[in-house]
Amino acid sequence: MLAYSAPSTVEEVVRVLAGASGVAKVLSGGTDLLVQIRSGRTRPALIVDTKKIPGISGISERDGGFVIGAATPGAVIGECEPLKKAWPGIVEATNLIGSTQVQGRASLAGNLCNASPAADSVPALIAARATCVIAGTNGRREVPVETIVIGPGRTSLKPDEFIIEFHLPKRPPRSADAYLRFIPRTEMDIAVVGAGVNVTLDPAGVCTDARVVLGAVAPTAVLVSEAATALIGRKLDETALAGLDRAARQACKPINDKRGTIEYRTKVAGVMARRAAVIAYERAGERR
Amino acid sequence: MSKHHVTTTINGEPTEFLCEPQLTLLDVLRDELRLTGSKEGCSSGDCGACSVTVDGRLVCSCLMLAVEAEGRAIETVEGMAQGHDLHPLQRKFLEHAALQCGFCTPGVLVAAKALLDRNPDPTETETRYWLAGNLCRCTGYDKIVRAVLDAAAEMRGQA
Repeated sequence: MLAYSAPSTVEEVVRVLAGASGVAKVLSGGTDLLVQIRSGRTRPALIVDTKKIPGISGISERDGGFVIGAATPGAVIGECEPLKKAWPGIVEATNLIGSTQVQGRASLAGNLCNASPAADSVPALIAARATCVIAGTNGRREVPVETIVIGPGRTSLKPDEFIIEFHLPKRPPRSADAYLRFIPRTEMDIAVVGAGVNVTLDPAGVCTDARVVLGAVAPTAVLVSEAATALIGRKLDETALAGLDRAARQACKPINDKRGTIEYRTKVAGVMARRAAVIAYERAGERR
Repeated sequence: MSKHHVTTTINGEPTEFLCEPQLTLLDVLRDELRLTGSKEGCSSGDCGACSVTVDGRLVCSCLMLAVEAEGRAIETVEGMAQGHDLHPLQRKFLEHAALQCGFCTPGVLVAAKALLDRNPDPTETETRYWLAGNLCRCTGYDKIVRAVLDAAAEMRGQA
């Protein structure tokens, strides 16, 4: 039989999670969790709703960067103009998740902890060097987003742990990000391939820092350091783009399924990485 | 199993109900409160037939637990008309015959109202993207979009 708890402090949520006798699931927006409960894919004994915790939903600026509450709905993220200006790639990735209705509830913590290889916000967050703050019985720890998902549907969080917020670092000048996903139609689908690119340019337009992350082409999102190496030290010429394309394809370990074959996903990963890089460069170049 | 006592506001009316924790807001709206305007289509957040607003935010009531309604303000399709006066969107849906079987209509109306509350002058493209989560299996989207844009124009005083 399912039980529901909605504590109003982080410490109480941790206590309830630690004391749960069966499977306990953390509820933010519920747009994945409730579907999985209904289908029988997960059968929790306890749902712990985090939304009564003050600050668990909302966005603030701190030390030149941003703090995004774990349960902040996508719609709120999409309406935050300072965040859109600083991190357009993260916002566009988040806003690709589901419909307007889903955006009204779906959260970054949910998208991450659902641990789908095709999660749209995750490559963008990793490209941004986003970190998340995890609360548990042993206190709080801040870890890079890429350490959370360890396989499809599996995370590194312990049963008594949950994410309370995400941190986005301060931006150097001439920095920007972009996220693109490929789906066979324009809306309401799951990524065949996703690509997040985050770059910083020098005043001459030469790339000084880059992060390239692919989604839906491996069991988890893949941070492709060779793709970043292809960009760093160059303007966005064909050599850089070809190197990026090759590195992206080489990083792919995709599955065959109804949305795409291994060969197709691999090819498209290179194309999406190229296109996202072009957008990120253009955005960064406009920020002189 | 212990039931939860929930105090909420539905269409401006303070409302209380008892519910088991696994019930969705849609379950309680329809089966407990007899507000059967919100429809159950897919139960997975894909079709939008159960659309309601929670504190002004458009959501699928099938993807929200009823206990989560505690302290929130819910608006359903039943709250759109004022007495016998239909909301302009409802009137325009009739004028444009923007429905066939009608099953998706309450969800579309609630979603369209949420759009116009934010953006009184949406483009056709904005309207179509906003309503992408409301599926009509009769494929009547064209008339729906025309009715929404016409209602928007009337509400702006331009029709």
